[in-house]
Amino acid sequence: MSDLFLTTVLTFDASVRVCIPLIFASMAGLFAERSGVVDIGLEGKLLMSAFIAASAASVFGSPWLGLIAGMFASSVLAMIHGFASITYKGNQIVSGVAINILASGLTMILTLAWFKSGGITPTLQGNERFLSITLPGVDIIDHIPILGVIYRELISGHNILVYLAFAIVPLVWWVVYRTRFGLRLRAVGENPKAVDTAGLSVEGLRYKALLIGGILCGIGGVYIATAYNAQFTKEMTAGQGFIALAALIFGKWHPYKVLAACFLFAFLQALAIRLQGVVIPGIGEIPVQLIEATPYILTVILLAGFIGKAIPPKASAQPYIKEL
Amino acid sequence: MKQMKSSRLGGLIKKTSLAMIAGAFVLSASIAQADIRPAVVYDAAGKNDKSFNEAVFNGITRFMNDTGIAVTELEPTNEAQMEQSLMKLAQRGYSPIVAVGFTFAGPLTVAAEAYPDTSFTLIDMVVGLDNVQNVIYKEHEGSFLVGVLAAMNSKTGTVGFVGGMGIPLISRFECGYKQGVKWQDSSMNILAQMTGSTYLAWNNPSKGGEITRSQVEAGADVVYAAAGGTGIGVYQTAADLGVLAIGVDSNQNYMQPGTMLTSMYKKVGQAAYDSYEAAMNGTWEGGFRVLGLAEDGVGWALDEYNRDLVSAEMEARVNEARNAIIAGDIVVHDYMADNTCPI
Repeated sequence: MSDLFLTTVLTFDASVRVCIPLIFASMAGLFAERSGVVDIGLEGKLLMSAFIAASAASVFGSPWLGLIAGMFASSVLAMIHGFASITYKGNQIVSGVAINILASGLTMILTLAWFKSGGITPTLQGNERFLSITLPGVDIIDHIPILGVIYRELISGHNILVYLAFAIVPLVWWVVYRTRFGLRLRAVGENPKAVDTAGLSVEGLRYKALLIGGILCGIGGVYIATAYNAQFTKEMTAGQGFIALAALIFGKWHPYKVLAACFLFAFLQALAIRLQGVVIPGIGEIPVQLIEATPYILTVILLAGFIGKAIPPKASAQPYIKEL
Repeated sequence: MKQMKSSRLGGLIKKTSLAMIAGAFVLSASIAQADIRPAVVYDAAGKNDKSFNEAVFNGITRFMNDTGIAVTELEPTNEAQMEQSLMKLAQRGYSPIVAVGFTFAGPLTVAAEAYPDTSFTLIDMVVGLDNVQNVIYKEHEGSFLVGVLAAMNSKTGTVGFVGGMGIPLISRFECGYKQGVKWQDSSMNILAQMTGSTYLAWNNPSKGGEITRSQVEAGADVVYAAAGGTGIGVYQTAADLGVLAIGVDSNQNYMQPGTMLTSMYKKVGQAAYDSYEAAMNGTWEGGFRVLGLAEDGVGWALDEYNRDLVSAEMEARVNEARNAIIAGDIVVHDYMADNTCPI
């Protein structure tokens, strides 16, 4: 029984590690899409910031400089996306896909140019990366049954970016629902014309949303390369940006629901690892591929209207054209 | 950098096609030694994967340094580009063309049928055509040896295996490893998992690390990875958690000194080297090359990075197993012979 309990706690612990890039990327997507810009380029931004962060951390020997560089790189890509789809009113999906391709190609070329090895950066040693933090009081609480295990395994022992991710979700909620900027952000995604009539800049608001998104997505990439792993490797984001997008839709563009969706999808990934090869009597071996595909399947079912309804911001994917 | 390279490549192609036209008029039969135009195509993991592809790359670099002949390299990023790459190289007169990895079996069949006069060398898979040289390795034999070493180093009685993509070739590594572990100590518990079921599984260090962590949490204290670029995450996590890891294909001992127990090397670089050299000497021929422990095609790596981890007793025991396999006293079951593992 205590074995099963420990396994459950450890699976949740793994889910926490896996869901961090999803949280940052989906919160980034939330800002963009709430402002009416579809952001399919999350994957590319994660990849680019992972690469720049790993490079900067390796060259300057500090993960904090890596963090700043990663956020900057991701923001640059977000601004390119904005320039194409806001200023020049291009198709947002096409622009987003271009961001993904650009990141995939650039990371290869730049690793070749900077480190003479295509698609891989030097390994980060010791405190060149974000290391896990042991929270105070682990020794004391450890003696309490159940709570001790949960505190030691699940709550303590993560790196700073993990705690930041969980702190950022309520902050996003507060900004979106309790500030003047948030009100305007939601308005510009629903009815940009009304915002324009009120004398506010639609383009300005959308650029701001994309910039915030760029910074948030950047932290997600930094986590992947300098906290979760210790270097950048080719295509290391492995589709996390797309799962984050699915979580955003599954969470109906609401910060807390999106957080729950991220955690659910991460939990499914962690579960798939632990269930691989396990034979359940009467059923046989569990098909891991099915568990891995569940996030996408759930999102499709949701979009088809079987479990509730996912209604995107009304002006989503539409460039705003002022009448002359 | 990349641009420079491609313009140089363009120049080379122009030069070679000019040479071909000139050659058609001037020469007819006398092909000198240096006249080969070798090429290589890497698989999706890319040539700097620190593992399988990089081993080939190192062999090719050695060939270029030894002979001064340039080898043209291509790195397709998806399966659709593989056939195009092979066709393009064959069309431009490159030969022999080395294709790195099992994913090339399909594309190479098409290309080899279309260009019967071009020599192809395929590593890790079999295509039954006269102009194809198939180089396959007895990975189960090498994996057996690192399994013995893993069992001797485990204090918990549990060891782990992390595979890349779930394909029979990787099950061959896994099955050989399991047999080695059990040969050393039949009471050992072995945890084995694959990273995924698509080619993305070769480049997912995050997931490799997560699988390693789950195995360590379940008691494993030695983890063997046969997973291409995903292995980088396995070795990193093993180092972070203070358990031992075993590398694959290239000698990866240097990657995490102190926690890399050994590497199961596979001399794929030598296969590429031999293929080019044979073509230079006019002795290249199609068919099979099956390389195991006896041919030193596979083996276990012992160098300054893991010397301190391997005691004299361990070294003797592994070499005992090695000699017994070469002598035929131990027969390591090949998973790919019948797609089953007797353990």
